[in-house]
Amino acid sequence: MEAHGPRADEDLVTLLTHTGERVSHPDFDRYAEGVDAEAMRRMWRDMTVVRAFDNEATSLQRQGELGVWVQSLGQEAAQIGSGHALTGNDFVFPSYREHGVALTRGVDMPEILRIFRGLQHGAWDPEAHRFHLYTLVIGAHSLHATGYAMAMDRDGMVGTGDPERDGAVICYFGDGATSQGDVSEAMVFAAVNSAPIVFFVQNNQFAISEPVARQTRAPLAQRGAGFDIPSVRVDGNDVLACHAVTRWALERARSGGGPVLIEAFTYRMGAHTTADDPTRYRTRADEAYWAERDPIARLDAYLTSLGELGEDFRATVAAEAKDLGRRTRETVRGWTSPTSTAMFDHVYAEPHATVEAERAWFERYERTFAAEEVHA
Amino acid sequence: MPTIETFHMPDAGEGLTEADIVTWRVAPGDTVEVNQPLLEIETAKSLVELPCPYDGVVVALLAAEGDTVDVGAPIATFDVDPGGEAPADDAPVAQDAVVAEAVVAEVPVAQAPAAPEPAPASSPAKVAETEGSGAVLVGYGVKAGSAQRRERRDGALDPIGGAEDASEYPVLAKPPVRKLARDLGVDLTTVTPSGPGGLVTREDVEQASQANSARSLATYAADDQPWLESGYSKDGGRSTRVPVRSVRKRTAEAMVKSAFTAPHVTVFHTADVTETMTLVKRLKADREFADVRVTPLLIVAKALLLAVRRHPEINASWDDEAQEIVYKHFVNLGIAASTPRGLLVPNIKDAHRLPLHALAAQLGELTALARENRTPPTSLTGGTISITNVGPLGIDTGTPILNPGESAILAFGAIREQPWVHEGEIKVRWVTQLALSFDHRLVDGELGARVLADVGRVMSDPSQGLVWG
Repeated sequence: MEAHGPRADEDLVTLLTHTGERVSHPDFDRYAEGVDAEAMRRMWRDMTVVRAFDNEATSLQRQGELGVWVQSLGQEAAQIGSGHALTGNDFVFPSYREHGVALTRGVDMPEILRIFRGLQHGAWDPEAHRFHLYTLVIGAHSLHATGYAMAMDRDGMVGTGDPERDGAVICYFGDGATSQGDVSEAMVFAAVNSAPIVFFVQNNQFAISEPVARQTRAPLAQRGAGFDIPSVRVDGNDVLACHAVTRWALERARSGGGPVLIEAFTYRMGAHTTADDPTRYRTRADEAYWAERDPIARLDAYLTSLGELGEDFRATVAAEAKDLGRRTRETVRGWTSPTSTAMFDHVYAEPHATVEAERAWFERYERTFAAEEVHA
Repeated sequence: MPTIETFHMPDAGEGLTEADIVTWRVAPGDTVEVNQPLLEIETAKSLVELPCPYDGVVVALLAAEGDTVDVGAPIATFDVDPGGEAPADDAPVAQDAVVAEAVVAEVPVAQAPAAPEPAPASSPAKVAETEGSGAVLVGYGVKAGSAQRRERRDGALDPIGGAEDASEYPVLAKPPVRKLARDLGVDLTTVTPSGPGGLVTREDVEQASQANSARSLATYAADDQPWLESGYSKDGGRSTRVPVRSVRKRTAEAMVKSAFTAPHVTVFHTADVTETMTLVKRLKADREFADVRVTPLLIVAKALLLAVRRHPEINASWDDEAQEIVYKHFVNLGIAASTPRGLLVPNIKDAHRLPLHALAAQLGELTALARENRTPPTSLTGGTISITNVGPLGIDTGTPILNPGESAILAFGAIREQPWVHEGEIKVRWVTQLALSFDHRLVDGELGARVLADVGRVMSDPSQGLVWG
C-alpha cells in the first residue's frame, strides 16, 4: 500500500490526540487558549449536526431525490474547526464538500441541496453569508479567491488594526486540486501581492480514487516554501488544532502578513460522491484505522473526560440533528422543478436582447413537444 | 384513508440506467421508518444499500431478488397512513391507471402517439423523466432501447432571432456594420440577417445596398414593381421613385451650392505625356518604389503640387461671410473617388510636404480605403484643391464642378496613343487632356491658365520638376 502515502502524525500540529488527550504545542497553544468548554461544545454540536445532515442527504440520494451527493463524512473537524475561526468580514471560497463551513456561515443547510438536485447553481446569497457558491471545477476558485483577497487589500480591509474592518479570504480545496495549474497560479499571485488569503487544503488522501502519493512526492504543505508562503501541516481530524492554526493564519492575513498554506491531513470516510465505490481502491484495514480517528469521537472523548458533555446537551443536539434531517427531507421533497426557461433568468443582471431572443425561441421549441406526461 | 406511495428505482450513480436487486431487507406488512435499510442493489459501479424513503407499512415489493430493473421503475409501495382503511393489493395498479388517464387527456387526439404503454413493471413516463438527456456513465454504454425521446408536435421551428422575433427586438448588428448601413443609406430593419442569432452582417448590408443600386436594373420587373428595392412605383408603373439619402443627398447639396455660388470657368490643355509614361515605367522598376503603386495620377498630382508652389493664389477659397479671400499655406490634395458609397473626395493632408514616395504611399492608401468603403471622415474635410481622374473611364475630359470651399479642380483625362507632331515629325505619342475649373471670383483666367500650363509642362517634361521642385 505504498501508494496510500504517509499516515505518520509526526509533523502534524496536534492539540488533541486521537484518544482525546490534550497535548501541548509550543506555537499554537495560545491560539487555542480562548476556546473554552462552551466553545468546544459548540464545535461538537456543529460537527454532529453537519454529519446528520450529510447522512440525510446521502439517504436522499439513495432514494432518488438527489442526482448526486458529496459527503463530508470524516472531514468535520477540519471544516468546523477552521469555520469557527472566521469572523464577519472574512470571505469563504469553498469547493463543493464544505458543508461544515457552510453551517458555520449560517447557510440554511437544505438550500445546499438545490445544486445536487439539479435545480440551481447555488441558492444562497454569497455576500450575506460571506460564503461563495460551491465551485465544481477543481481548483478554479483558488484564482477567484486570490483576486477577491487582492481586492479586499485594495479596498483597505487589511492591516488597519480595526477588527470591524479587517478581513481575509479562506479558500478550501482538496489534495486533488493541488495538481491543478490554477492552484499554483493562485499561490503565485497571492505571494507576490501579499494577498490576505489562507489556502486551506483538506488532504483527505484521495482525488476520487487517486491516492495522494500518486500526486505528490512531498507533503503538500512543503509546496508553500517554493512560493515563500508560510505553511503548516495540521492534524485535520483534530478540531482544536485546526481551529488554532486557522486562527493564526487568518489573523496574520488580516493584519497584512500575507498568505498562508494550511494542509489539514484528514481522511474521507465516505465515498468521493454517491456515484463512487471506495471499496475498489482502499482496504477495510485502512478504513478501520481511520474510523478510530473519527474527528467527532475525539472531541467527544476530550469533553467527556472534562465532564463537559452532559446527557441533556447530547439529547438537545440529537433532537436538533433529527429535526434538521426531517426538515431537509421535507424541503427537498417539496421542491418543484424550475421551468426550463428559468435558465435564462440570471445570465445577465439586466435585460439582454440575445438572451431574450433565445428564451423566446426556446419557449417555441418547448411548445413543439406533445404535452408532458403527468407524474404520479 | 390509506395513502399509497410508490418507490422507484433511483439512479444511485451518475447516469445509470438499470440496477440488479440483490437483497430485500423488508417484507410486505413490515412497519418501516425513514432511512432504515430497505434493500441492496448492485449497479454497474457498486453495491449500494438503499434506505427506506417513508415511515409506514410495506404494501408490496414489485421486483424480486435477482431482477434487473430499469432506473425509474417502481420497486415497492408503502402505505404511509396505515391508520386508515387496509390497503388493497391493487393500489399500485390504480395509481398507474390514473397516470395513463392523465396522459391520454393531455395529448391532443389528432397527434396522440402510440397510446401510452399500459404501464407494466416500468413506467415509461418515469423513465423518461429520470433519464433526462440519456446521459450515461462513461464506459458503461447505454442499454439498447433505453433511449427515449419526447413526443414532438408537427411544425418546423424558426431559427433563433428569426422572422417571428424581428419586430420584438432591435436589429442586431455590430457597430461597423451599423455605420456601413448608415453610409450606404440602408435601413437595417429591412435587411434580412444571415449571421448567427439574427445578426446582420457586412455582407447582408452590402447585398441590400446592391439591391438598391441602379446597377441591378438589368432586368425590368413587371410595370407595377419598383425597379429598386428602396423605391416605389408611381404613374401606373411608369417610373420608380427613390428617396434621396446619404451620400447622394450630400453630393447633390454640395454640387448645387458650388455650381450656383462659385462662377465656374474651365480651361483645357492637350499635352504630350510620353515622358511621364516613361517615368512611370522607370519608377515601377525602381526598388525604392517597389512597395507603392506608381501611376500617371501620381505624376499629375506632383505636377499640380508644383504648379501650386509657383502660383499659391490658386490654393485659396472665398469667404463670402467675411468678404475675404483665404489663401491656404498648405495643400490638402483631394482626389475624387467613386466608392461603393457614391462620389467622395478624400484628401491627402499636407500633400505639399510629401516627397514622391510618400505621396505615392498616401495615394495608394486613400484609394484602397475608398474602395473598401473605409474612408475616414477626417479625410473628407479640409481639402484645398482637387483632382478628378476621369481617364480610367475612357473619358477625354470634362468641366468638373468645384469641391465646395476650394477654388480649383483638375480633370485628368484618358491617356491615348495618338499621332502627334514631335520634333518636326508626326510620331505616335502618349497624349492626354487636362482641364482646370476654377472659381472666377478669386481666380482670373490668366492665373488659371498658367497653373494648367505648368501642370502640362511637368507632364510633358517631368525633368522640369527638378527646376521647380
